[in-house]
This record gives sequence, C-alpha cells and structure tokens, in this order.
Amino acid sequence: MAELQNTVRDDEPLLVADHLGKNYGRLTACRDVSFALYPGEVLAVVGESGSGKSTLLQLLSAQLAPSAGRVSYRMRDGVLRDLAALGEAERRFLFRTDWGYVHQDPALGLRMAVSAGANVGERLMAVGWNHYGRIRDTASSWLERVEIDTARIDDAPRTYSGGMRQRLQIARNLVTEPRLVFMDEPTGGLDVSVQARLLDLMRNLVSELGLAAIVVTHDLAVARLLSHRVMVMKGGRVIETGLTDQVLDDPREPYTQLLVSSILPA
Amino acid sequence: MSALMTAMIDITNAEKTFTMHLQGGVELPVVRGVSFHVEPGECVVLSGPSGAGKSSILKMIFGNYRCDGGRIGIRHKDTVIDLATAEPRQVLSVRRSTIGYVSQFLRAVPRVATIDVVAEPLIANGTARAEAREQSGALLRRLNIPERLWALPPPTFSGGEQQRVNIAHGFISDLPILLLDEPTASLDAANRAVVVELIEEKKRQGVAMVAIVHDDEIRHLIADRIVDVTSFAAAA
Repeated sequence: MAELQNTVRDDEPLLVADHLGKNYGRLTACRDVSFALYPGEVLAVVGESGSGKSTLLQLLSAQLAPSAGRVSYRMRDGVLRDLAALGEAERRFLFRTDWGYVHQDPALGLRMAVSAGANVGERLMAVGWNHYGRIRDTASSWLERVEIDTARIDDAPRTYSGGMRQRLQIARNLVTEPRLVFMDEPTGGLDVSVQARLLDLMRNLVSELGLAAIVVTHDLAVARLLSHRVMVMKGGRVIETGLTDQVLDDPREPYTQLLVSSILPA
Repeated sequence: MSALMTAMIDITNAEKTFTMHLQGGVELPVVRGVSFHVEPGECVVLSGPSGAGKSSILKMIFGNYRCDGGRIGIRHKDTVIDLATAEPRQVLSVRRSTIGYVSQFLRAVPRVATIDVVAEPLIANGTARAEAREQSGALLRRLNIPERLWALPPPTFSGGEQQRVNIAHGFISDLPILLLDEPTASLDAANRAVVVELIEEKKRQGVAMVAIVHDDEIRHLIADRIVDVTSFAAAA
C-alpha cells in the first residue's frame, strides 16, 4: 500500500484535549481533562466502571460533543484543527482512514453476516480502492498478520470465536493505515489465554506501524503491556497521570494505590 | 546545567518517601540527601544492608520511582536532563537511547521467543531484525543459553536461565549508562565470570554503570568506587 504523505512531525502533538468536560443534565460524566498525545504514543485510560473513561473516549473520538473544552487533531496537512469545527467530509475522512476504533464487542465494529474478507475490504473500498484482486490480496495479508487462517476469508465473523472476531476487528481497523486508534476494553470478555495472544499481537502491530493509541481499560496488566503513559480516572476526573511503570510501581494517589494493590497475584 | 559536567550521572540531594494511603497514610521515608556522580567508564557499586534503599535509588535513576526532591542529572545526547522533573516523553527517550536497566526479574511478554526478547532493544533503536537476531544469538550463546531454547518464551525457563536472558536483554544495546540490580544473583560460577567480562567490556567502551551486588568477590572485581547507601538513610 502506498505511503501517504505525512507532514506531521513527531515532536508535535497529534491530538490535544483541552479542559474537556461532559455533563448529562446535573450529572458530570467527565470534567476538566487536558492532555496531549504524540505520534506513536500509547496512552491507557484506567479506572473502574463509572469513572468516566468511556465517555472520555467518545469525546476524544468525536462521537459525543463536549459540554466544555475541546479536542484538537493534527490533520495530515500538519494543521491542528478543532474537531467540533470540522466539515462533514473531513470528519468522514478521519473515521474511514486516519482513525481506527476497536470496540469491546466485536459485533459493534464488524458486519457479522458478511465475509471476513469483505469486512476488511470494505474500509479499503470506502477510501477509493476498486480493484477486486488487490482488495482481496490486501485483506488476505491482513488476516495473516492477525493470525487468522486465510482459508476462513469467505466465512462470516459470526462463525468465528470471540478471539478471532476481535483480531478481525483489528485487521479491519488497521488496513487503512490509521495514525490513531481508539480502543475500548479491547480484551474485555475474552479468555485469559486468548487475551495474552491478542495483547502480544496488538503490541507488535502498534510498534511496527508507529500507531498512536488511546486504550480504555480497567485491567492494569493491559495498561502495563500496551501503554507508555497512563491516566487514572475517578469520578470523571483525571486523578493521576505519568509513565505507565511509574504510576503502577510508585502510585501516589490513594485511589491508584487501591487499584494497584487490588491486583490478584497469578 | 553547566557545559562543564563530565559525569554521565550527577545526583544531588535526591529523596524519596512512600506515603501508604491504604495504611492510614503512613509515611515511609526511604532515602534522603542522595548525592553522588558516575563518570564514563566507571562502575559505582551501591553498598548497604537490605532495606537501605539501594534498589530504590536505581529505580529513581531509571525514572521508575518518582523523586520527591533533589536532582538527577543524566547526560542524554548533547544535553543534561533532570530525570527528577522530566516529562514522561523525555524519560522514554532517555530509556531508549541512554539508560539500560537490568533488573533481578524478567518481565517478559507471554509468547515472545527468547531470541526476540533479547533482540528487541536493538530493533527499537532501528537495527534491522535479522542483524538484531544475530547479535542476540551471539550474546545468548556467550551466556550459555542453548540454541534449542531460543525459540521458546523465557517464562518457561529456570530462574538462572531467565536471569541470563535478562542480562542479554540489558547488555545488547550500546547505551552509555547501565543500571545493574543483582546481575549475578542466581548464576553459577561460570556464568558469573561471563557477566564480569561483559561489565569489563562495557567499561572499556566508556559506559557508566551503577550496580548492586551482594557477592563480595564480584564486587571487588567490578567496583571502581563504592557508595555507602546507609549515609542516605532517611530517619523514620
């Protein structure tokens, strides 16, 4: 696949959250979140259910409009743009090409009744690919990269196991060579052995492709394996942030200490 | 920081206290007034009884533990970075190109073959995979890890084998600073001798090292200077 012209420099942030907040009526789901994400950087957002981490992910990926603050993204021309001010075509470009979104439930990110090959090929057709043979070859090589037997390319994902579906969802997202991938509990609901394989695969793909990623997880082991940096959320706020191993090995806040100390030894 | 600094590591009055919020906010002072420096090609060994804070100091130099005060100056590329106040991105950059850390225990990703675990730091710094694997194999062979084990993930190995994989992982890159936490703890005499040789080679290449070693014989062999950590004891 041809390299897209990339004028973004590594020392300039790819995505910037600036005092982001979201209220539902009187309920505050997320409050005053600010950070910058750089190209190639993996940020984990950890916290228990209800801490606001999924709301934050939806705000960052422009699926929800913020009640306060804003999210800016550096487009491929190198200009940092407020997501709320993007036109429909630019927004579509982000969702189809420059971003990936991996759902916890693969059924939300895949079309369960069409073939695996079509699931991957669809993203390519959306960005203008029209040569059937090339689309099929690319889809097939992506199935191999995510360790799915290419003999299963014509089968629909509803015939796949949970782990295979999740790997297919990842292939579908990465085929357009996005620069940023959002992941919402990507290993949730999978068996432990399947999780390890998926984590290893994601870790390699992220580093080989130089992807930036924002991973929401309640599992600190996932954060440790995948991320460079961690944000700990509680009650809609970011209460602690830092290098992943710093926050996990030397947690400062009472809540972070509680999270870290609650891991069951294997 | 002055351009006159020749030391690779220059620590001034660094301190660390743990606050245990789950134990009613108990404060555990670990070290205070930590001050020493390490020149290129020098191996400084930290001494003191267990619990004196030796490992904590290594972790502070690696940026794994945060400092509560003081300064940890690290010569990184053409500048000096204070790791006590550095941004996460700077710490990662320092770890990629300046400081290596050999811990006592290997934290390996499940499923990754030993030869790739060891090659990984080279690949991360841009060495081609084939070349990185070749160097990885050479170092594993030197550390007496039999070739039939290279394709297996290290978590299936014995303690001593895992430690040797860890040493290979730590020594493979050409980083100007190495931190060694008990690098010979569970090794037999032959493998201890290999590690001493590797440390000697690093010294000749101008690498600055800080080590913790309990074995007196090894300490005599590798230490250019000993820093007694008990003088940094924080009064409880």
